[in-house]
Amino acid sequence: MTTAEATEPTSVLTDAGVLVPGPGYDVPGTVERYRDSFNRTLRDELNRDADVFIMGEDISGGFDRDTLEPLDAWGGPFAATKGLVQDFGPDRIRDAPISEAGFVGAAVGAALTGLRPVVDLMYFDFVTVAYDQLLSNAAKSRYMFGGQTKVPLTLFARSGGGTGHAAQHSESFYSMLAHIPGLKVVVPSDPYTVRGLLAAAIRDDDPVFLVNDKKLINEVGFAPDESYELPLGKGRYLKHGDDVTLIGMSYTSVVCKQAAEALAEEGIDAEVVDMLSLSPFDEEIIVESVKKTNRVVIVDEDTPRASMASEFAAIIADKAFDYLDAPIKRVTGPHTPVPYNKGLETAFMPQPDDVVTTVKTMLGV
Amino acid sequence: MRLTREKLHWLYETMYRIRRFEETMLEQTFRGNAMGVTHPSDGQEAVPTGICAHLTEKDWIGSTHRGHGHCIAKGLDTKAMMAEIMGRYTGQCKGKGGSMHIADFSKGMLGANAIVGASVPLAVGAALTAKYRGLENESVGVAFFGDGATSQGVVHESMNLAAIWKLPVIFACENNQYAEATPAWYAVSTDDIAARADSYGIPGVQVDGMNVFAVYEVAEEAIRRARAGEGPTLLELKTYRYHGHFHADDPKKYRKSDEEEEYQERDCIQHFERLVSQQNAMTEAELEAIRDSIEVEMQEAVDFALNSPMPPIEELYSDVYVNYSNPLVGLR
Repeated sequence: MTTAEATEPTSVLTDAGVLVPGPGYDVPGTVERYRDSFNRTLRDELNRDADVFIMGEDISGGFDRDTLEPLDAWGGPFAATKGLVQDFGPDRIRDAPISEAGFVGAAVGAALTGLRPVVDLMYFDFVTVAYDQLLSNAAKSRYMFGGQTKVPLTLFARSGGGTGHAAQHSESFYSMLAHIPGLKVVVPSDPYTVRGLLAAAIRDDDPVFLVNDKKLINEVGFAPDESYELPLGKGRYLKHGDDVTLIGMSYTSVVCKQAAEALAEEGIDAEVVDMLSLSPFDEEIIVESVKKTNRVVIVDEDTPRASMASEFAAIIADKAFDYLDAPIKRVTGPHTPVPYNKGLETAFMPQPDDVVTTVKTMLGV
Repeated sequence: MRLTREKLHWLYETMYRIRRFEETMLEQTFRGNAMGVTHPSDGQEAVPTGICAHLTEKDWIGSTHRGHGHCIAKGLDTKAMMAEIMGRYTGQCKGKGGSMHIADFSKGMLGANAIVGASVPLAVGAALTAKYRGLENESVGVAFFGDGATSQGVVHESMNLAAIWKLPVIFACENNQYAEATPAWYAVSTDDIAARADSYGIPGVQVDGMNVFAVYEVAEEAIRRARAGEGPTLLELKTYRYHGHFHADDPKKYRKSDEEEEYQERDCIQHFERLVSQQNAMTEAELEAIRDSIEVEMQEAVDFALNSPMPPIEELYSDVYVNYSNPLVGLR
């Protein structure tokens, strides 16, 4: 157990279990991998509420043919559900066949009738296989039935390049989900934020999609021991600065932070905003930061057309136009699928150097 | 088969209510009082009636774009239904759903669904909730879908899920033989949809969907199995829709009149009337009293709907989320 430095991000856990801005992490916690925080939070929520259950492919890792005991062979995709089936049983850690549309639809039906399903969609790319159930049923039921019902459904999946999973296992199309009225989208960026946002997502009465970038899963950081929620729709500052705002989401928040460190060595003081939520999203923090720095670079691993980067750019152009000293810049993936080859894949993903170059060009240095 | 007098009464009343509701709805649609398309199911009334006769408000049904019969058989209020179709604030969905999205969660009705096949996994999910809570004996899920939906992947997925998890589900395939204008003989690989149940290891029964007693009998066994924890059943109910795909569609463009006449002769309501008369189970006076009371109900439904207020414009923005911190008003 350790206590993080009282620098950033500055939040404290209240008695109500909610993190609020404060001088630092003055709470007991652990330095652990992102995936351990994720797993621990699933366990907290399963213990807290008997209506919470998890459903997905391979989450209990096969069964012994003779005893019918689940084997937990993998600990679930990326070990997200490791050890849970032993403690909560196969009804609450429900291994599903490869039927994304079927079990996402069944999860919506379960949510409409009073349970709180948590669905592991494995790779983010598989969203499209279940997209109709997400769009037409999960997101629209409350509205088209005139508010009679709610859909307390949580989904999660792994996004992003960097692991050689190639075109069909490396998507980051956040905007395809954020575009949907009725659905919420959150993108944690470290153990602390995944713990708070996952708990908030599961406890929320609307359908929430939580995206885990694969590059974050083995990243290490501080997370409080106690269960807590982070508010959906709120971003945070990872670093304060005066010269330029760097806006990141999910793993690109890490990219922005690394770029800010490199820029600092050259005397450029960048501010880093970590969005954390994409729908709803924190317009205030973007506008506040841009009004201060007068320059902004938005970093998004998604392809550029109709992306979150484009949406944030539109908000800034609308609400902080008069404060801008330079055109809004976006650093995104190219308008291509994600390639397999390591060199090509690295070139696809926004790198800290790309951000540094964009900032220096913007500043004319 | 033995039926109580109350049940017999209910079967006739429900079929007749569905028939007259849809005829009244069509009349109002052509007068311009409905705000969009309506999809009538007249001819198919025996199917929802014979199945929902075994259900309570704790059981759940999923429905389709052609869902008025399912709604009525599940006990939804016809005044509020007519108001919903006319887009009024007093409709089940405040006028925001319309004919294709009528729902009443207080009655165990998960909503009519306008994506073909998309409500089938919802009924599976409702059954999953029942099984999760150990309440299969009092809460089953019924998925109504048409022959067109049998070509949808999610329907196959739903049957596989329900079979492997032994969920209390009844898959009720209303084979009215046309998906829009496309005939089932062209679009479905078999003329025995019920036989597909074999591939999931579940029972499949094909039954005359124009005969409410036949539907009642197979539904009774399927629902008994579900409540006993014996898992899902696929029912294929062979039926016919008298009208076209939607209110203004002329089915004569793609159907032969002798086929239509053949089914009209086997009409489920007339069949019921003949049978109860032959067996002296109900008198003509009893049947007439039911018909008269339904006429009054339909007139009241129309009057209620026409005199109901429109939803206030603020309703555009409500019910999207339980809570959401960004404005929903859009950009102008």
